[in-house]
Amino acid sequence: MSETGSSKGRTTRRGFLTGAAAVGGSLAATGLVRPAMAESDPENQPPNVADWSKYLGEGVDARPYGTPSEYESHVVRRNVAWLTASPESSVNFTPLHELDGIITPNGLCFERHHSGIAEVVPSDFRLMINGLVDKPLIFTMEDIKRFPRTNKVYFLECAANSGMEWRGAQLNGCQFTHGMIHCVMYTGVPLKHILEEAGLKTNAKWIMPEGGDASGMNRSIPLEKALDDCMLAFAMNGEALRPEQGYPLRLVVPGWEGNMWVKWLRRIEVGDEPWHAREETSKYTDLMEDGRARRFTWAMDCKSVVTNPSPQAPLLHKGRNVLSGLAWSGRGTVDRVDITLDGGKNWRHARIDGPSFDKSVHRFYYEFDWNGEPLLVQSRAIDSTGYLQPTKNELRAVRGTNSIYHNNGIQTWHVRENGEVENVEIS
Amino acid sequence: MSRSARAAVSALLFSTALVFSSPAVQAESFGLGRLATPEEIAAWDIDVRPDGQGLPEGRGGVMTGEEIYQERCASCHGEFGEGSGRWPVLAGGEDTLDTEDPVKTIGSYWPYLSTVFDYVNRAMPFGDAQSLTPDETYAVVAYILYLNDIVEDEEFELSKENFTTVRLPNEVNFIEDARPDTAKVEQAEPCMSDCKAEVEITARARIIDVTPDEDAAD
Ligand code: HEC
Repeated sequence: MSETGSSKGRTTRRGFLTGAAAVGGSLAATGLVRPAMAESDPENQPPNVADWSKYLGEGVDARPYGTPSEYESHVVRRNVAWLTASPESSVNFTPLHELDGIITPNGLCFERHHSGIAEVVPSDFRLMINGLVDKPLIFTMEDIKRFPRTNKVYFLECAANSGMEWRGAQLNGCQFTHGMIHCVMYTGVPLKHILEEAGLKTNAKWIMPEGGDASGMNRSIPLEKALDDCMLAFAMNGEALRPEQGYPLRLVVPGWEGNMWVKWLRRIEVGDEPWHAREETSKYTDLMEDGRARRFTWAMDCKSVVTNPSPQAPLLHKGRNVLSGLAWSGRGTVDRVDITLDGGKNWRHARIDGPSFDKSVHRFYYEFDWNGEPLLVQSRAIDSTGYLQPTKNELRAVRGTNSIYHNNGIQTWHVRENGEVENVEIS
Repeated sequence: MSRSARAAVSALLFSTALVFSSPAVQAESFGLGRLATPEEIAAWDIDVRPDGQGLPEGRGGVMTGEEIYQERCASCHGEFGEGSGRWPVLAGGEDTLDTEDPVKTIGSYWPYLSTVFDYVNRAMPFGDAQSLTPDETYAVVAYILYLNDIVEDEEFELSKENFTTVRLPNEVNFIEDARPDTAKVEQAEPCMSDCKAEVEITARARIIDVTPDEDAAD
């Protein structure tokens, strides 16, 4: 049964490819082409005995730093080239449809740079704390690692995640519609310790972290948040930060938009007023329909998305299927996720499985039987503050369609009879 | 300047300052890090605020700014700040913010001039950051004001002294975060069954050609 299912699945996938070519081949970029998986060899399958069951494999030193199986080589970050003028000031997207659980592997965490990846020499790294402090200080990485440490799992979402969807369904793949998010375990030092080491003046109200890359990324963060749960992180998922994630040190601003999580930190200034930096005026302000713009819109509201099925992950089987997805809230934990398969006529509770950490992604599942009828799949999440994920039209009613940022509306996937999935909007 | 002096003083006085500062300072000290010298702070402390805090000494006029701009900025941002290709637009866009196609520029959107100085000084030209002198930065910022018709006099000179007298037109149109701005569960318990009679697809993804399609050949 599952045998026929899977070989049928392959045929179906091929069928999609033809369709993709017909629409300009763009679906290829959405990951439907999986050359490594295309070949299957009966010699490896029962009753035969596969080569790997007979002969020695590579020894221990063949892969001093392990990488994924060659059959997973399609699982990579991808960008949308037309979005930006140069790859040094650009973004790519996490392949959410290929991942499970709540932790994003380090090499798949989406990237957003403003002047490329700074290659910081750790022994030359210096962090300066100045401004409204009693002692302006300079720390080396070794100094930072001598402070008491903490480990925390947090999601980081770009405020522009789903930003291309304000005017209507646009990109076919949750990698592109929702992939500006990742979730890892950070190891680092509470920012509080470092600020207190410098000694805060009584009129201190804001901090301005600044990046050491050629964009000198700077943002204003209220001191209250800085002292509450911000962290200076030097490790993600147990190893040193990746260069593209800010090696050797980045700021962690739990639940707040990713742009504030300044990478390659070089300086933190303490002040009594916000700086109104470019990234909190020209960018990361939300233009409303009347031409006014909201500023300092820091928190990432509760959001969810079905990652499987989705345009890059079609349904391959009739009968039993596992629907899976992610839900998160920058204001706490996710209490509940509901699923509909009929475009919102009827909803059921999904099953949240795995840890439910504050300001971290939650994994949900919904097991169902598919009879081959078209589906309109949605998820909606409710967070620990009682906030209900809105529909895209509810958001548009309050904010119009020009705001770029903070689109946390409910996503709809249309599953066709052949299992192919498209990004749509419904009444 | 005065800031680094202040830093030096506070560094010297820190042991006494400790006693009088906020409760936060009384937290356990780990004895880590070293004092930053006034020279180090002066060299790295480049940020500028709307009230003018952080502006360096210096001045530069529209016409000098034009020369610098044409040489160091125009290749990406266009001769008149119109942006070439997908590079950012720096001028124009007045009266577009409430339309279908808002054009957000320094003239039409940015609330504060200090942001232009701060950003150009720290990040531009793209790929050659922090290469402009303070005078050159004042001059280029003056020219950007001219490109945006905020300054109309070619003889205008921008300096540390007159900087905060220049206001950008859109400053008043920034408002605070009003979220949450949609219903919470206690206001509208979400419907679970027979929630609607009909459902129609109203929009489909416009499929975008994101890559060359060689690997979709079959
Ligand atoms: C090689 C191309 C290039 C050159 C040359 C260049 N810029 Fe830029 N500029 C960019 C890019 C790319 C960005 C956006 C960077 C980002 O957001 O990551 C930008 C952004 C800006 C912005 C902010 C625009 C906005 O709407 O937020 C300003 C202002 C600016 N540049 C001014 C200048 C000035 C002044 C010069 C010359 C001194 C200059 N640029 C030279 C590429 C360039």
